[in-house]
Amino acid sequence: MYHQEIVKPPKGYDRRSFDACGISAFMNVDGKMESGEKIVKMITTMMDRENGLGAGFAIYGIFPDRKDYFCFQMLLDDEEAKRRVRDYLSRHTMIVDEEPIPTRETPAVRQPIPVLWRFFLSPLEEKKREQDAYDYMMRIVMYINAEIDGAFCMSSGKNMAVFKGNGWSGDVAHFYAIDEIQSYFFMAHSRFPTNTPGWWGGAHPFNLFDLSIIHNGEITSYGTNKRYVEMFGYRCTLMTDSEVVTYILDLLIRRQKLPLQVACMAAAPAYHKVIESHEGEKLSFWRLIRETYRPAMINGPFSICVGMNEPTPALLGLTDRKKLRPLIAATSRGGRSVFLSSEECAVRIIGEEVEQVWAPLAGNPVIVEKGSGIVSKGETPPLADHQVKMIPKAAPEDSALEHPVS
Amino acid sequence: MHVRLKTAPRFKVRISREVCRHCERCTVNCTFGVLSHNGTEIVAEHDKCVACQRCAIMCPQQAISIIPGDIHYAPHSTFNERQRMIIYEQASSGGVLLSGMGTDLPYMSIFDDLLLDACQVTNPSIDPLREPVETLTYIGRKPKSLRVSQVNGSFIVEKETFPHVVLQTPITVGHMSLGSISYPAMTAILRACKEVGIMAGTGEGGLHPDFYQYGDHVNSEVASGRFGVEPKYLKNVAALEIKIGQGAKPGHGGHLPGEKVNKLIAETRMIPVGTDALSPYPHHDIYSIEDLQQLIGALKEASRYKVPVGVKIAAVHNSAPIASGIVRAGADFVTLDGFKGGTGASPRVIRDHAGIPIETAVASVDQRLREEGIRHQASIIAGGGIRYAADILKIIALGADAVMLGQAVLIAMGCRACQQCHRGLCPWGIATQEPNLVSRLDTDISTQRLVNLFKAWTEEIKEILGALGIDSIESLVGNRDRLRYIGPNPKIAEILDVKHVGE
Repeated sequence: MYHQEIVKPPKGYDRRSFDACGISAFMNVDGKMESGEKIVKMITTMMDRENGLGAGFAIYGIFPDRKDYFCFQMLLDDEEAKRRVRDYLSRHTMIVDEEPIPTRETPAVRQPIPVLWRFFLSPLEEKKREQDAYDYMMRIVMYINAEIDGAFCMSSGKNMAVFKGNGWSGDVAHFYAIDEIQSYFFMAHSRFPTNTPGWWGGAHPFNLFDLSIIHNGEITSYGTNKRYVEMFGYRCTLMTDSEVVTYILDLLIRRQKLPLQVACMAAAPAYHKVIESHEGEKLSFWRLIRETYRPAMINGPFSICVGMNEPTPALLGLTDRKKLRPLIAATSRGGRSVFLSSEECAVRIIGEEVEQVWAPLAGNPVIVEKGSGIVSKGETPPLADHQVKMIPKAAPEDSALEHPVS
Repeated sequence: MHVRLKTAPRFKVRISREVCRHCERCTVNCTFGVLSHNGTEIVAEHDKCVACQRCAIMCPQQAISIIPGDIHYAPHSTFNERQRMIIYEQASSGGVLLSGMGTDLPYMSIFDDLLLDACQVTNPSIDPLREPVETLTYIGRKPKSLRVSQVNGSFIVEKETFPHVVLQTPITVGHMSLGSISYPAMTAILRACKEVGIMAGTGEGGLHPDFYQYGDHVNSEVASGRFGVEPKYLKNVAALEIKIGQGAKPGHGGHLPGEKVNKLIAETRMIPVGTDALSPYPHHDIYSIEDLQQLIGALKEASRYKVPVGVKIAAVHNSAPIASGIVRAGADFVTLDGFKGGTGASPRVIRDHAGIPIETAVASVDQRLREEGIRHQASIIAGGGIRYAADILKIIALGADAVMLGQAVLIAMGCRACQQCHRGLCPWGIATQEPNLVSRLDTDISTQRLVNLFKAWTEEIKEILGALGIDSIESLVGNRDRLRYIGPNPKIAEILDVKHVGE
């Protein structure tokens, strides 16, 4: 029986996809809930940025009653794939709950439509004692995506989910009934891939746990970045640049616990000429970053928005250091709503009283946190507003015998 | 017992008699005893000619051409001219034939089977004349990650640096000792490296005190003969490198023929004048990987942990596990020398028939270190017949952090690759210690030529990086995605983990 790959590329497929895209995101920093209509309008208005071959949404804070469980939102080729996944999960995790992902009939979405299902999971009790829950669950996500045929995990975070598929952004929004979902923090992506077909799994946002990335760009350092993250146990299976960006940021932010600003300094560092104009500890720090994170540097044009939930829900926008892809930021409601988008039209069309609009500097992040609001506008260079203190290293360097998480 | 056998000369010196003014400059310039004046005209002993081209260049009338010897053997593929010459020579001398430079056999070049990518439409390329394209490279161990916490408006950074060398461009000069090359040649190399901001190897000859001033650009070699290895040598330099092997003669130690050991060399190496400086094949205190770890530790102690300590090996079949062991033994960089690497003196049989290509060595070492999660612990420097900037870019894309040059540097200074380095008769003053020959090499001009070479190649590197849409060299290291294989053997593409053109 002919088995069609719907959710991810068949084994052995290794042609990379390059995308042009539209990205949009916003957060109400007081946590004020509203429907997804607004994010849908933001993304659908930028029609020239997509060609009907993929779109997606990441929405945070939508499972308050099950917020302590990992929600694996799955794309599956068929029921058989769902059984394989359920078998695997039941052996390695505790399945607390499972249900179909609510959808609406939408003929315009590209057929065939995968089976859409989600699991709420917790690591097995005995495993919780042995190792970090996230490291454990990461192995499970990597295994499902790389080894289980016909199954792809769209998102694996707590109290959030990614909804993505193959079609125009408006149709994908209609399919997943985004306008009926209530939240305070939305991200959206529309895709213009340069090669078909768009696998349902190939659309953005890319996600690992609570980290979601929407990405407009093309990574010229893909081979270098891929080999770097593979050293730490990540497996790149989707043949797109955005996947590797997600893993780099997961590595720097969640596992190495770098402050967001510093992670951005590693991913989009300043030029050596600029670095050498610093002094003292700031100079030492910059040199140390460039030396340590050489293979993590993301080269090539990009503008990305990153969503996070731990420890505080946060939205981050970053461009490459030449700013070869657009990103604008805007506020409304006394600065309590913050918007990021590829284009200003997305902000203007939604009927908000837009107060400030600005273009963050190349390579400088916009950071917004729930509660605090705007932490960084991206208008001053990194370290301009910070002090740096170098202290002697406390713990010994990782043992040479440490093996990558695999 | 030497039994001379008269054979057809490889080359002939053709002198245009109408134009020759009998100035006899050619007879003075030839160092191989080919030319003399018999009272009437210039005469040549053709079978001594090695095609170094010195006479042809120096003739003010341009009256001289070096042409192939015109005695033709009946064609025979198995016993071709080269093979016949080797047998004649060995039957005459009864010895091991030596040669200089890298192998002259027509082995394929994997570089020539690799093509680079460029960005168009979906991704803009970068013009290095208008935008920054960075080539700065760090050699040494790197932290696996940084520990940074944020307290209010301050970043608290756990300082973790390992000693490293900063190269302004991913080029280094490999180890060519004072002894194998002349004093002005060595001076020119060090001065050029200082001006460009890179480092050069000392070779096995120790570091002459006159060169301590270039210490920040010196990579000191600790080879099996331990020539010249003493505390001053270890402390005033930018890096230390333990030479386990060399691409031109895997498994063999260094070799400086006695002809080239004059007073100056004898003093620097601490050996008697005129003795062959034959380095032991293994270090006699390194018979296993744990012994290497001890030496690395000893060097780090002796240099007070101020400089990176690396290890150089010839590229051989087991390069990947060997390199992995070297890194785990504490090396801060691993230098891989491919089988096409050059030498001042090596038995032809080893030079021409042992080792593996640097392209596959780098690919497998880089891959192995990543698989073991230790790629960050050491930089990879690669060399062995690097010919031009395209080779540099391709070897970096295969996984090297920087390259080391040898033969290209000599050629830039005027070497014609006649492969007679071991005889100490270099007419260009490069690979000799004869004072009247050494004086032929102008230090200032040679320095400028090397600076020109390094700068030209750096510009070419930037041009290609820009075309690749990459604005900093670190994003090309190990980026095999940007190469495609166009050669005849798909297995090589598989080993390099490079896609085939069209994929």
